[in-house]
Amino acid sequence: MKFTKTLLATTALTMVAGVAGADDHMASEMTIVSWGGAYSKSQLKAYHEPYSAKTGVNIINDDSSAEAVAKLRAMNEAGNVTWDVVDVVAADAIRLCDEGLAMEIDADTQLADAPDGTKASEDFGDLLVSDCFIPQIVYSTTFGYRTDLVGDTAPTDICAVFDTDAYPGKRSLEKRPINNMEWALLCDGVAKDEVYDVLATEEGQDKALAKLDTIKDSVIWWSAGADTPQLLADGEVIMGSTYNGRLFSVIEEQKQPVAMLWDAQVFDLDGWIIPAGLSDERKARALDYIMFATDTQRLADQSKYIAYGPARLSSAPLVDKHEELGIAMAPHMPTDPENAKNTFLYNYEFWADYRDDIDAKFQAWLAK
Amino acid sequence: MAALTPIFRKPFWLVALVVGLFGGFIGLFVGTANGSGPLGVLIGAALLIVLAWFYIYVLKDERAGRGITFAGLGIAGFAAAGMPGLVLGAIFGAIGGWMIYWMYEGRYRAYVPPYLTPGQVLWHFAFRVICGAIFVFLITPILVVLPLSFNAQDFFTFTPEMLRFDPEGYSLKHYRDFFSNNEWQRSFKNSLIIAPIATIISVSLGTLAAIGLSQSHVPGRRAIMAILISPMIVPLIISATGMFFFYSQIGNWMESTLGLDKNLVGYIKVVLAHAVLGIPFVIITVTATLVGFDRSLTRAAANMGADPVTTFFRVQMPLILPGVISGGLFAFITSFDEVVVVLFVGSASQKTLPWQMFTGLREQISPTILAVATILVCISIALLTTLEMLRRRSERLRGMSPG
Repeated sequence: MKFTKTLLATTALTMVAGVAGADDHMASEMTIVSWGGAYSKSQLKAYHEPYSAKTGVNIINDDSSAEAVAKLRAMNEAGNVTWDVVDVVAADAIRLCDEGLAMEIDADTQLADAPDGTKASEDFGDLLVSDCFIPQIVYSTTFGYRTDLVGDTAPTDICAVFDTDAYPGKRSLEKRPINNMEWALLCDGVAKDEVYDVLATEEGQDKALAKLDTIKDSVIWWSAGADTPQLLADGEVIMGSTYNGRLFSVIEEQKQPVAMLWDAQVFDLDGWIIPAGLSDERKARALDYIMFATDTQRLADQSKYIAYGPARLSSAPLVDKHEELGIAMAPHMPTDPENAKNTFLYNYEFWADYRDDIDAKFQAWLAK
Repeated sequence: MAALTPIFRKPFWLVALVVGLFGGFIGLFVGTANGSGPLGVLIGAALLIVLAWFYIYVLKDERAGRGITFAGLGIAGFAAAGMPGLVLGAIFGAIGGWMIYWMYEGRYRAYVPPYLTPGQVLWHFAFRVICGAIFVFLITPILVVLPLSFNAQDFFTFTPEMLRFDPEGYSLKHYRDFFSNNEWQRSFKNSLIIAPIATIISVSLGTLAAIGLSQSHVPGRRAIMAILISPMIVPLIISATGMFFFYSQIGNWMESTLGLDKNLVGYIKVVLAHAVLGIPFVIITVTATLVGFDRSLTRAAANMGADPVTTFFRVQMPLILPGVISGGLFAFITSFDEVVVVLFVGSASQKTLPWQMFTGLREQISPTILAVATILVCISIALLTTLEMLRRRSERLRGMSPG
């Protein structure tokens, strides 16, 4: 008898504690979805902590951006959207906006102006690729190589990736066609401004896959951004593609013998969306957060913690030193003129139209 | 006695075969680590066979032979790979040297009955090797993460400093990260809230269901049983998808009609989902113990005027307690380890430890996960040891011999 009484009492107590604990922050809590790792940490330092200090709102992190599209669809169908602000790449934002799962945001009225009074729409400029999307950073997908494993001549050209004679060893590439197909065509002699025209044709796609075929045996395919840094640190690959911020962390924070190969880096955008269908109270809070987190100073602050370029023009002069390492961050930005000598522009419209076809082809080729 | 034990020297080919197999097996690992597995097998096998030939036909002194193998391979290992080479080489040398004489002098026959045929002796040792291999494959993956969790770097890699046993290569920073990082602490706390409550619900409901279903007069009890244990059989991802939509509706209703707080509703949803997953384990273990339960005891209790509730707590419960406890342990572990359902049903405020480990592994391969794994392994060992000691204590008190 005593046993059951104790059990019941404990259960009741835990429940009450749960309610009491929940009560005092229920009015001011929001869930922000992002990518996790060093990236979430930079947002925590640059946006969440100052915002919480200013407003008292408690921010909960959910590292689910990788499956944001699928989860938002399911939440919308179930009528139970638990996210307030979601960090996604531009391509996902465009899809979510088209499906009506993200709310439209008017840059000029709902975002902060630059300090000199420039309107937000002008400050972000071309980077506002969708009506629902507020860009936050410019990142690039590029290559890092092991300085001690590539021989005497360090690679300076993207085509080193396809040159297994000069650079024998494994390389890691992302397990999807995007970027890989473009790089393959560039190194197969296609001019930079014709890449997407060629890739739109059947022959062009076969040509790219044929080029990838020449290195297929020495490729390790990755699917998470953390894979290539781990493979490079292990020395399992001699070079590999990943996001430039991850490589910065491997080189400067972890002090691994790795260097950047910036040639033909592919720029992409990452930013915020607000899910459609929030209650008015939550929507107002989410908009207030976005207005705060995307102002000129906050975007510049983020670059103190991670090597991604701020999306606002007016933030660029404010980019400062790394908070812990104390090194100047500007030379590590993908947008730095020294790094951006030869860049490649990711074409959203092309991939929106061709993604499904080329994905299927690529997967079939992978399985061969 | 030893002088009286007859020594039957074995033919050289048998010694060569066995030590060659052992050398080849070890050579496979060393060779693979250095680039060529087959070459390692050849060198390892040849090395031990040559040594065996040398000791048997030339040296003829056991003590010297074993000493040479032990020291020689240790030094060779040190020359090739420093400290770790020394340790591994010396171990390999010690076992190899012992094995040569163990085979040659026929000592392997010493502890088996003398009437066994060679085939039976072979099986006797093959059986032990297989059992040993099973233990190795079960335990090594767990042991490998222990040293890696003390890595001074943020990668899942044995760094050269670690292999040299240089203190610089080791650090407690991943443990510090676990104890100071909000995300890890919050998910740990959530796991500690969700798993016990889910366990209590599963144990109460599962035990009642098992007792009810063991009564022969319950109609359709096989069908009911099948439905109750279905969460264990249906693929988890399918129950999880179903639960997501089901609990979303219930959650919305609780929030809008009952006016409950969003967070509390989140916890209720996850706890209920985990309780459902735990119930089948409790039913199965309790049903199994009920088979050995003597029904005449309940009738005797009723005869003496005890009502059914008193009978349950005073007579039946103590006797089936082992089944209830092991069912509860399974239910607890199910909830504590569960990642699929909580990913679907929970929201970020209910993030549990497995969820945090899952995203941590996918987004940043950080050894903090290994530190957490090490802590969890230690907690599990402590928990099981305590339970086992309590069990022995209660058996001792009841006057049974532990066993």
